[in-house]
Amino acid sequence: MSIHWFKYASPASFYGLAGRLIPWFAAAAALATLAGLYIGLVLAPTDFQQGDSYRIIYIHVPAAWIGMFTYLVMAGWAAAGIVFNTRLSGMMVQALAPTGALFTFIALWTGAFWGRPTWGAYWVWDARLTSTLILFFLYIGYMALRASIDDPRRADRAGALLTLVGVVNIPIIYFSVKWWNTLHQGASVKPGSSSMATVMLTGMLVMAFAAWMYTIAISLARVRSIIVEREQHSAWVGELLVAEGHVGAPGTSGGVPGSKGEKAR
Amino acid sequence: MKPRQKRLAIVGGGLAALAVTAALVLNAFEDNLLFFFSPTQVYAKEAPLDRPFRIGGLVEAGSVKREADGLTVAFKVTDTAQVVPVTYKGILPDLFQEGKGVVARGRLGPDGVFRADQVLARHDENYMPPEAAHALEQAKKSQGSVVAPAGGSGK
Repeated sequence: MSIHWFKYASPASFYGLAGRLIPWFAAAAALATLAGLYIGLVLAPTDFQQGDSYRIIYIHVPAAWIGMFTYLVMAGWAAAGIVFNTRLSGMMVQALAPTGALFTFIALWTGAFWGRPTWGAYWVWDARLTSTLILFFLYIGYMALRASIDDPRRADRAGALLTLVGVVNIPIIYFSVKWWNTLHQGASVKPGSSSMATVMLTGMLVMAFAAWMYTIAISLARVRSIIVEREQHSAWVGELLVAEGHVGAPGTSGGVPGSKGEKAR
Repeated sequence: MKPRQKRLAIVGGGLAALAVTAALVLNAFEDNLLFFFSPTQVYAKEAPLDRPFRIGGLVEAGSVKREADGLTVAFKVTDTAQVVPVTYKGILPDLFQEGKGVVARGRLGPDGVFRADQVLARHDENYMPPEAAHALEQAKKSQGSVVAPAGGSGK
């Protein structure tokens, strides 16, 4: 840890900070998941209409929330990258995208399996479902765009633009159930009020917290890999790899570190 | 103006322009984004009566009638202002109940009866244990309230 903590906007210093933060967020995610599942699957009663099938909300709602929220965070980093021209911003956008896509997919998938017994259909083209599918495509599109551009800095800029254009979809998803007639029900949890029994709401919020902590932990782990990969020709990565024993002698560094190398710390 | 502030202005301006564009586009598409039409909209002829559309609302309490074949069912969809009679032949979703939300797809016949080829239950945003729902029902009954009839007799 001989890096001086000058500014965390530099990938070199953020690498160390992320490494120190990951265990805390990972532990919070694990504990909250256990607590949330216990509240949701054991303590919470069945629903008066849906019976036990409502319990999908302990996965579905947190996944949908984090799927949308992650996109907002990505857009924030993308804007910061364009305005301040910092390298870390693009890396953070890149690190967040797979997790956002994962949670959006989970929301769509669990929603389909809830919709079949509840509504009578796996899928309908109402405004909420369609806009969420578009969110999923935005994540996939971002990752595909990145993959198609060889120069990482150019990929950062192109990806940031796509991310910012797509952010207009987030309020559409959120307010779709309010603006239009949709088959999807309205929001149960609004700022300041909720139409759910307290224990059900608690379980859902704890699970949402777990999903949030997981997203932070996994994104920090991913951004560390991205930093080492992209900065592999810099002096500090060379020293790091030597210090951790992945590369034999100074001066011979520069190879792409193996994936196990980044996990060593 | 520093380059950084200039870029911030460009990003901010771009997002604002995008938001306005999206708002205008969504406004233009308004009717096509509606998943269903309410009975009031049907009576106001806002629904596309010449082609299949979806009608949504609550299943009116006491309106569900099953035919002898066990599959054909007739019920009324209401938005508490207007009522549209619906007939449907097929299996209803589990959550189909009187007093609860429903979305039916089909055509409006010349006789004013909506012939549905698909019926979906529309769930509301309330989640509570059965005991709480029961207590709420009792409270409503004792008040003699006529609004929002609770389900249970639909099957």
